[in-house]
Amino acid sequence: MVIVFQSKPSLIAGGVVAGPLEKRSIFSQYFDATFDDERWQMKTNEQGHRKMVEEACEFAMKKAGMKSADIDYFMGGDLINQMTPTNFAARDLDIPFIGLFSACATSISSLIVASLLTEVGASKLALAGASSQHNAVERQFRYPIDYGSQKPQTAQWTVTAAGYALVGKHHEEYPSIEAATVGKSVDYGMDDPFHMGAAMAPAAFQTIQSHLEQRNQKIYHYDLILTGDLGQLGLKLLKGMFLESGIKSEELQPLRDAGAEFYGQDETFQSGASGAGCSAAVFFSYVIQQMRAGTYKRVLLVATGALLSPLTFQQGETIPCTAHAIEITME
Amino acid sequence: MEKEQYQQLEQNVTPKPPYFKNVAKAFLVGGLICTIGQAVSLFYMIFFDFTEATVGNPTVATLIFFAMILTGFGLYKKIGQFAGAGSAVPVTGFGNAVVSAAIEYRSEGLVLGVGGNIFKLAGSVVLFGVVSAFFIALIKFILVTIGVVSW
Repeated sequence: MVIVFQSKPSLIAGGVVAGPLEKRSIFSQYFDATFDDERWQMKTNEQGHRKMVEEACEFAMKKAGMKSADIDYFMGGDLINQMTPTNFAARDLDIPFIGLFSACATSISSLIVASLLTEVGASKLALAGASSQHNAVERQFRYPIDYGSQKPQTAQWTVTAAGYALVGKHHEEYPSIEAATVGKSVDYGMDDPFHMGAAMAPAAFQTIQSHLEQRNQKIYHYDLILTGDLGQLGLKLLKGMFLESGIKSEELQPLRDAGAEFYGQDETFQSGASGAGCSAAVFFSYVIQQMRAGTYKRVLLVATGALLSPLTFQQGETIPCTAHAIEITME
Repeated sequence: MEKEQYQQLEQNVTPKPPYFKNVAKAFLVGGLICTIGQAVSLFYMIFFDFTEATVGNPTVATLIFFAMILTGFGLYKKIGQFAGAGSAVPVTGFGNAVVSAAIEYRSEGLVLGVGGNIFKLAGSVVLFGVVSAFFIALIKFILVTIGVVSW
């Protein structure tokens, strides 16, 4: 079911910080800061990951002229076991907190929960977002960083970035949240952890289609439908699914993917970027800023997540995926 | 869209791995590593007191040392992305698997981190290497005993 927000909570500010490789991102000019040290001068990757979450939240709060004492709720998550980077960041931020896990779709699941809290009047200001740190994620899901394995063309590169948005009451100056669709867990039998775009594309398709149907909208109602991290191949597959459902290719113009565009055409990154920080970084910097500048009036953000673990992969299971969507408008 | 239909679409969209290119690159880099190994062997035989039968161990140790240096500087993964099996199969690949795990788990301490995880990737190479060596030796022992071949 689609959730329609009567009060239209607004995205007051966004804070995005990213790592050294992300300087090469075509979105880097929209980030608040990029760091040369991916560990943020901490001892471990995981501590650096935590620091990154705190920095992103600080930027979001600073832009709105707020301190952590002014924030009612902190909603977020990451990809590390038990989400310790976000949990530990919550300890230092000292804000009432719920950790949320939807893999790389966490940026939007957090935003949906924060919007609901705002809608029911429980929250005046809430932080919502997600993050990922390349080294910390890779060692958990795949191989040690310095292990010389050959990645196929279908592989994607986990982004080092944290993106958090400050959600508050409706304000016409800011982009506002109109509606949201919570995605199902979709499994089309894909089982290759080096081809996540293919696993996630059906989830994105189902969520977008269901959102459009229930909102009685067509693709052309949107200036931009931006998926999180399908990558170049995943985006092709998503478009392929729309084409087969009878939609013409010129109608698919608003359909873009943050992961496919993130590193530009650089082949080092294979099919593109991925990770919870990918969608969060692009949604809460580029999209918010472009909407405030008036480039986009109506946007559908669709964060996509592959709900696998190294354990399920080794046990031969397929990869269930999810996609959550949020519809944002600018008056 | 049905699952089968989607799997068909996925097959059409996903590029086929460039097998011939990969094989060629693996052959060249793998061959190069072995050539370097041969040069190291000759070096030990000419300048030190090693024979063809005894030169194996110092050569392997030297190659692993090279792999260790390259892994430490983050270069072996770049070679690995280019060469695939060409840099994974020679003994340098084994060295890379051990050293990369050691670097990775340093943050969890020397005993529980490095010690507990250093053979995380290379462990199966050690296990199945030793097991298959045992069975090959057993087969040869039987063949020698019944007089088909000699040691």
